[in-house]
Amino acid sequence: MTQSKSENPKKTAGGKKGQGSTQKVRLATVWLGGCSGCHMSFLDLDERLIDLAAAVDLVYSPIADVKTFPEDVDVVLVEGAVANVDHLELAEQLRERSKIVVSFGDCAVTGNVTSLRNKIPVDDLLTKVYHEGPGAVPRGGETDKVVPALIPRVLPLHQVIPVDAFIPGCPPDPERIWTAVSALLAGEPVVLEDRMRKFG
Amino acid sequence: MNRADLQTMAQREQEKQARFQCRLLCCASTPCLSSGGAAVQQALQDAIKESEASAEVAVVSTGCMGPCSRGPVVTVQVQGEDDVYYENVTPETARQIVADHALAGQPVQEKLLPSDLPFFAKQTKVVLSNSGLIDPERLEDYVARGGYLALAYALREMTPEEVCVEISQSGLRGRGGAGYPTGLKWDLVRKAPSDKKYVVANGDEGDPGAYMDRTLMESDPHRVLEGMAIAGYAVGAEQGFIYVRGEYPVAAKRLERAIRAAERRGLLGSRVLDSSFSFRIDIRIGAGAFVCGEETALMASIMGRRGQPVPRPPYPAQSGLWGHPTLINNVETFGNIVPIIEHGAQWYAGIGTEKSKGTKIFALAGKVENTGLIEVPMGITLREIVFDIGGGIPDGREFKAAQTGGPSGGCIPPQFLDTKVDYESLKALGSIMGSGGLIVMDDQSCMPDVAKFFMEFCMDESCGKCVPCRVGTVQMYRILQRITDGSATLQDLENLEDLCTMVRETSLCGLGQSAPNPVLSTLKYFRNEYEDHIERRTCEAGVCEMTEVPVMALVEELPRRIRAAA
Amino acid sequence: MAVITVTINDELVSGRTGQSLLELVRERGIDLPTLCHLDGLEERGGCRLCMVEVGATNRLAAACVTPAQEGMVIYTHSERLVRYRRMILELLFAERNHVCAVCVMNGRCELQREAYTIGMDHVRYDYLTPDLPMDASHERFVIDHNRCILCTRCVRVCDSVEGAHTWDVMGRGVNCRVITDLHQPWGSSRSCTSCGKCVQVCPTGALHAKGSSVAEMVKHHDFLQWILDGREKKQWATRNGDPVEGGR
Repeated sequence: MTQSKSENPKKTAGGKKGQGSTQKVRLATVWLGGCSGCHMSFLDLDERLIDLAAAVDLVYSPIADVKTFPEDVDVVLVEGAVANVDHLELAEQLRERSKIVVSFGDCAVTGNVTSLRNKIPVDDLLTKVYHEGPGAVPRGGETDKVVPALIPRVLPLHQVIPVDAFIPGCPPDPERIWTAVSALLAGEPVVLEDRMRKFG
Repeated sequence: MNRADLQTMAQREQEKQARFQCRLLCCASTPCLSSGGAAVQQALQDAIKESEASAEVAVVSTGCMGPCSRGPVVTVQVQGEDDVYYENVTPETARQIVADHALAGQPVQEKLLPSDLPFFAKQTKVVLSNSGLIDPERLEDYVARGGYLALAYALREMTPEEVCVEISQSGLRGRGGAGYPTGLKWDLVRKAPSDKKYVVANGDEGDPGAYMDRTLMESDPHRVLEGMAIAGYAVGAEQGFIYVRGEYPVAAKRLERAIRAAERRGLLGSRVLDSSFSFRIDIRIGAGAFVCGEETALMASIMGRRGQPVPRPPYPAQSGLWGHPTLINNVETFGNIVPIIEHGAQWYAGIGTEKSKGTKIFALAGKVENTGLIEVPMGITLREIVFDIGGGIPDGREFKAAQTGGPSGGCIPPQFLDTKVDYESLKALGSIMGSGGLIVMDDQSCMPDVAKFFMEFCMDESCGKCVPCRVGTVQMYRILQRITDGSATLQDLENLEDLCTMVRETSLCGLGQSAPNPVLSTLKYFRNEYEDHIERRTCEAGVCEMTEVPVMALVEELPRRIRAAA
Repeated sequence: MAVITVTINDELVSGRTGQSLLELVRERGIDLPTLCHLDGLEERGGCRLCMVEVGATNRLAAACVTPAQEGMVIYTHSERLVRYRRMILELLFAERNHVCAVCVMNGRCELQREAYTIGMDHVRYDYLTPDLPMDASHERFVIDHNRCILCTRCVRVCDSVEGAHTWDVMGRGVNCRVITDLHQPWGSSRSCTSCGKCVQVCPTGALHAKGSSVAEMVKHHDFLQWILDGREKKQWATRNGDPVEGGR
């Protein structure tokens, strides 16, 4: 099933899978420029994780050992802001291969703490951290071979690819995550109540 | 001084002028001064002195004559002959003019401007009728051409109400841009109950490329003062302020002198022209904020407060300076008052179109042969302005658009060249009359780039009080910057259009409300250029360098740049 | 005062002349978002959140500075208005560095609240990320320009209620900044009485008590009405040191 990017922001995961189908929802979670706190909060779903495991196949995630982002993903939760070219590439890839892309947590939604470096020019930043910072200068000397090239400004995910739903919060608390994920699994649009949309 | 004294003064000055066989009028307005006008004037004077011809030939330092791009301009008036104009006069030409033309009657051919030039022939000088003919620093020159007689007439023969009726019947509308009926405004202030009222002339002209008000203040300051005094009489004010843009030192100096001279002769101050009417005028100098051209911000500035607009109502006519009813008109509007009182409302209403009466001064700039200051009757077509008066587009290039109204206005494409220039027609095209800036663009102008220029101006000049203007202009500017550097996406275009409508409808004052106009009008007529910039990353006009890439393309672009730098 | 009738969202409502549209709308229990408005301070009309549609032409007017007039027809929550309000909030979030996660007012911030109430779950515009300082030179308070939305409540409360006029605004456009004493460090201000009114009225984390950490700052607005009421009733008036009538 191919669908062009973000034509319909209210796309749903259940979508056109046959009603009686027993096929599980293919869920992915991605970790871009963030602290992994959103994933920690995700794990705080606790016993609900068992229900989740019954309903989904976790096809890609920092907590699963999968090297490449797979095809035909139904829902992907993206934690973190877009900070370097690797993030850009992965963002483009996950958009192409997923039906519903969700900005998961404040860094993906606003840039948040990751974007605090935006006041500083990239070159100054690299010099400060890798050349003047504590410890040895990384071998090879050229930072672009050691770390992926940083893009000039850290961007929220939706300024890079079309995003279908947003779960703000730093981190979003498990209730919020569960509300959103249950909606996504049920094939319904994500509707968070007032307080669940609060940043921070 | 009374009316009879005024007439005596006029007569004496006329006789004095008639004693000279030849008068050399040398423009001393800012454009001519900046192209060497002062040296030309000195050369004229030296040459006359050396030829010992001071009794027959006089040099007069005047205001603007119009063809500013051809300055310094000198006019030669020989008794019994038509005026002759010289362009691009150098000190050497000046000496030649004195020797050959003034003394020997042989015009210097190579710098001569043909007198039947359409630049002059198509103009109607009502407001600028003295401009370029009198010495703005001499009260006598103004009086010799009938100056202050209109004020004398109004004070003696008309009641304040009759003055307001006269202005209403003339059909005069505000020349600051919005075109509110002047007579109606005067009458509102006249009827407003208060023991104290004020008259304010708005000379904070800030549109890029516009200098109508500056020219009027520099070339004929007494006309503005007389217009204000008549307004003071009509509305019942005893105090006027003229707010002069800080970047106009020459205008401020000449106005200051004019006020002093008029006060000394009893034409301003207490008991004007021996009547019971008193009217003082003070100058206030702006400090470089475009927003102070907005009337409520201007009043705040006059009162010594931060130059920021306040919401209307209350309108200045109800509660203006220090809470008193205040009449605010543009300098050019005041320049129209004397001719209306002098020749009557009916005469004035005979010029122009049905809804836009009289003449309008434009500062014609950009890609035309003749740039300069022109005064044309309302209802003239854009084509006549650009191709007849302006002499067409240089270097055989194509006309692309005319920008009117400065940062609040819009761009008019070639298919509307035959539109009549008046308030309503320009508005219907998505532009505005504005204060009178008119910039002609040829096919080497890039429309998104033009829009970006004006948006940057609005962004810099936003006072910061309301959010849509303060932040909205920055966001719109950044999108335009992305469009012109090659990194924009179609989503940017959509956001730009949304922002334009929102900022227009929600901003507090005219600056923000009209800031999106240059974008909206170029989008309306030149949308393909925006799309070319975004989808094909090309700028047909060759203005934008398109050195950036959309964010996704950074995946290849960034490593390439890093390698290139290493 | 004369009674007037205004139609709000197709309902007839009576009000009094001299009332603003905002007062009238709020009296009806309709929630209209505001940021620069604060009961007790003179109106500014700057945040543009309280704009309503007026009359048949659907012209927009800021309710806080528009006097209610007989026969007015207004709408407070049309699709267009809600859309514009959200855009304005997004512009505010993009203007400075509003990082809620690390803000002293997280959870009690008026800007944050207006955003989630209206349904703003992301910002479509460029974050401008200006490089702005904090001034912690005052012994009790801090001004963090990264969180300031230029509502000027601090300027107004300091001028009209405290009477000190320590605060004012400098610069223009996005470069505007609230300043103390002609842009001197707050701690060196000689006009500041350290009363803290500015801190209490500030809607965001821009002004806060020194030492407060993330989500710790609590502000109270009710003092303002209490002071203004007391003044009107001459509650604290004295003559030769003795309370006068109306005082306690």
